[in-house]
Amino acid sequence: MQNAGSDDDLLEWYPSQVKGPVDDEVQEADLISTIEFNENGELLAVGDKGGRIVVFQREQQTKTSPRRNEYNVYITFHSHEPEFDYLKSLEIEEKINQIRWLKRKNPAHFLLSTNDKTVKLWKISEKTKRAEGFNLRDDNGIIRSTNSITNLRIPIIKPMELMVEATPKRVFSNAHTYHINSISLNSDQETFLSADDLRINLWHTEVTNQSFNIVDIKPPNMEDLTEVITGAEFHPRECNLFVYSSSRGIIRLCDMRQSALCDRHCKIFEEPEDPTTRSFFSEIISSISDIKFSHSGRYMLTRDFLNLKVWDLQMDNRPVETYPIHEYLRTKLCALYENDCIFDKFECCWSPRDNHLLTGSYHNLFKITSRLTRKDAIFEASREQAIRPRQLLKAKKVMPSARRNRRDEINTDTLEFSKKILHCAYHPTDNIIAIATAHNLFTYIAKDSSSLSS
Amino acid sequence: MASGDVQSDESLYPIAVLIDELRNEDVQLRLNSIKKLSTIALALGVERTRSELIPFLTDTIYDEDEVLLALAEQLGTFTQLVGGESYVHVLLPPLESLAQVEETIVRDKAVESLRTLAPQHSTTDLETYFVPTVKRLAQGDWFTSRTSASGLISVCYARVSNHVKGELRQLFKSLCQDDTPMVRRAAAAKLGEFAKVVEPEYLRQEFVPLFTNLANDEQDSVRLLAVEAGIAMAGLFRHEDLEQQMMQTLRSATEDKSWRVRYVVADKLVDLQKAVGPEITKNDLVGAYSSLLKDPEAEVRAAAASKLKDFCNNLSADTREQIIMSQILPCVKDMVGDMNQHVKSALASVIMGLSPILGKDNTLEHLLPLFLNQLKDDYPEVRLNIISNLECINEVIGVRQLSQSLLPAIVELASDAKWRVRLGIIEYMPLLAGQLGPEFFDEKLSSLCMSWLTDHVFAIREAATNNLKKLVEKFGRDWAQNTVIPKVIQLARDQNYLYRMTCLFAINILAEPCGQEITQRMMLPTVITLAGDAVANVRFNVAKTLQRIYPVLDSSALAMHVKPCLEKLTQDVDHDVQYFASEAYEKIIEAL
Repeated sequence: MQNAGSDDDLLEWYPSQVKGPVDDEVQEADLISTIEFNENGELLAVGDKGGRIVVFQREQQTKTSPRRNEYNVYITFHSHEPEFDYLKSLEIEEKINQIRWLKRKNPAHFLLSTNDKTVKLWKISEKTKRAEGFNLRDDNGIIRSTNSITNLRIPIIKPMELMVEATPKRVFSNAHTYHINSISLNSDQETFLSADDLRINLWHTEVTNQSFNIVDIKPPNMEDLTEVITGAEFHPRECNLFVYSSSRGIIRLCDMRQSALCDRHCKIFEEPEDPTTRSFFSEIISSISDIKFSHSGRYMLTRDFLNLKVWDLQMDNRPVETYPIHEYLRTKLCALYENDCIFDKFECCWSPRDNHLLTGSYHNLFKITSRLTRKDAIFEASREQAIRPRQLLKAKKVMPSARRNRRDEINTDTLEFSKKILHCAYHPTDNIIAIATAHNLFTYIAKDSSSLSS
Repeated sequence: MASGDVQSDESLYPIAVLIDELRNEDVQLRLNSIKKLSTIALALGVERTRSELIPFLTDTIYDEDEVLLALAEQLGTFTQLVGGESYVHVLLPPLESLAQVEETIVRDKAVESLRTLAPQHSTTDLETYFVPTVKRLAQGDWFTSRTSASGLISVCYARVSNHVKGELRQLFKSLCQDDTPMVRRAAAAKLGEFAKVVEPEYLRQEFVPLFTNLANDEQDSVRLLAVEAGIAMAGLFRHEDLEQQMMQTLRSATEDKSWRVRYVVADKLVDLQKAVGPEITKNDLVGAYSSLLKDPEAEVRAAAASKLKDFCNNLSADTREQIIMSQILPCVKDMVGDMNQHVKSALASVIMGLSPILGKDNTLEHLLPLFLNQLKDDYPEVRLNIISNLECINEVIGVRQLSQSLLPAIVELASDAKWRVRLGIIEYMPLLAGQLGPEFFDEKLSSLCMSWLTDHVFAIREAATNNLKKLVEKFGRDWAQNTVIPKVIQLARDQNYLYRMTCLFAINILAEPCGQEITQRMMLPTVITLAGDAVANVRFNVAKTLQRIYPVLDSSALAMHVKPCLEKLTQDVDHDVQYFASEAYEKIIEAL
């Protein structure tokens, strides 16, 4: 394992903010289930198990505070409610599985949010004006008698205190038999896909009463089922391309130009299994838990239980880069299987210039990897550090021989599997990252990186 | 127009309510108020409408979409209410802000209203007010305003000075090259319309390159809209120019990598054919069409197949037969055995249209085997589509040629497991009856028509009774008396009360075409007997039937049979029976 020195291109991070409850005795509904920056990173949406979405806004630039790294609550709203499917006698959880921001089209912001069954389009808008003056009431709200109306009054528009509203614009429902795991917007900015375990549907953002099934891997007989879809994403620029990942560690690339139904992929990305490491758990740990296109559109990043892999779209027989995340867990798979942790779905993300990768692990650890030097650094998301924002994060080492008196070393036997970082997000242009532990959202900002673009 | 101030207090009140409800919490009330905006404006008078109401409306764009939609629509009709055409420009600001909201239908409605208002501007006002509005929209920060601008340029172009014309063309050009696909799509959709009002010299210099760019856009959704623009533009060129300027791009669209683009080409092929004329059709489109018929994507083949008849009809008469026989028919022959049922069913719905074009001999030799093949297709929809178009072929070779294959196909469809298919075939029965004649019909099909009366799906039983009525109208009363009525009456003795009710429903419908004598002699006794039925539903349907058929009966029958029967039913133990019986009874007493 490499240490994070200052001589390589790995960034050093300052803790910035912690959001969420302080004590650990918190409610199940507060569990963070997804986080997502918008197109320019000015907004950060966080969804939770209780169906709520909190949107944070980056501090506005002012003369007194030119550095704008803090995120403050912009609006909180309830996106999904628990429902009951009477036909199938199934409870539908309100948990927000994913949030995707639309490209901005007018002063308002739009986002898609989904639970297991239903995708919703929300509009988040600001109101700064208000109409005043009624005919039947006077300015104090007292009703005027009919006789005293001698003149018609047209309301006058007056400025008022900023009010942020979230309005549900559309509901895309009744198209998924299984649980939706991902939604992704197309670069044409009018269509999006929604993927469940066995099918992928294509929607138009303005049409709720029809969707087209573009992938269906459901075998005629469910006993023949060998894999499920674990994630799907559109290419950032080529409107016709999308990929979906499977529980067998396979990625399929489909071209919507070829035919209306994309059951037949045009490219399949699969790494031949290494016979030396084969075990009972091989199949489970090869399942891809997240897939992301790089900003350039040239590469794909996938996360399975133990590794991050970078795939080149031009090369389908193996990943171009493989980064073990917590190789020390390979000997603990049995325990992880027994406590179900082996099925945890870790997310992964690209840095703005595609040169760094971010993903999470157990014990509230997260790892940032440089693709250039192949060096990486493990940090712990903890409240103690976050309250000292002037101090750089210290990298941790995880090893079997860790000494107790060393604070930067963690013994593999003392790892807490109940603390895990499944959700993370990287700012689209700046070196700011958002990390979710169970209930808390941490933001970190890199040293000397007020903005990459400048 | 009266001003608000001089009206009495009484008449002000409803208007005051309307104005206040523009801001009611309840969307429905706001909507009602917006829909009565003209009433408010009328009460305010033109002055105050211009100076107060319109500015207020300009700022109310924070409302629900349906309210905004209604507002956008209203404003398009507001010219008189703001003081006529010389003041029409005051309506531009609210519409301009509505043309920028995120909801497409609202923007489209605002654009539509702006398009209605444009011609009402004087030439000066057009340049002072309308054109600047268009410019602001076209250069707006958000794509929503820029998409709206693309629909407004063409409506003011013709009436502005050459200098402004140049600016507008430049604006449109920048919209065609916008960063966002939405704006490029909007521009592509309006390109054809704008091309029609532009001077010919610019058409070639500026518009052809725009079209070529859009037709080669990286986004599928832009390219497919460019195809439609291309069709509109093609109609504006003379033959040689067309070939030189546009055909290469249009040809490449028929071979686009994306099936969606090819689908649009297939879907708009007949329009394209009309736009490019016979010569290019012969040289280019026929080849393109036959490759679309063989497209790897089923959606494209289905769209192409559905254009078969129209495309062939529009071929120039001298070469039509030869082209169809040598180039198109071979594709069609392959298509009959297509893997995809939608393709086959699209083909089946138009293939019969070829026979009048090709004449008797070709039909017998080439088409008939295809028809017969399709009549045996696995998918009921294919068979149904063939049967529903029998008319075309009847005119050419007579339906008898088909009857041997037709019959098994009909019998099979008649007992298809899907009730919608059965419903489909029932609807064609009267048509088939007319073409096949009563003897053939009696022999082969009448028993089918009767069996539908006892179908287990109500919609089929209902359709079956309607079918009987049409057959009786076609074949006459004697036929009804000998074939239909005995079978209907038989139903009255069925074990199942639903069938006994079907008997009544059939009588409801048959009474009128059968006339007084048959109704009274054959059907009325059955109805009266059913009045003693054990099931209440049957009994109250007797009352309903009597109420329905009494105009056909003479007064003695009414007095002797119907009246006593209804009297008895009004004393029934069941409330519903009493109700319907007394309703019928009153009607009949009136008639007596």
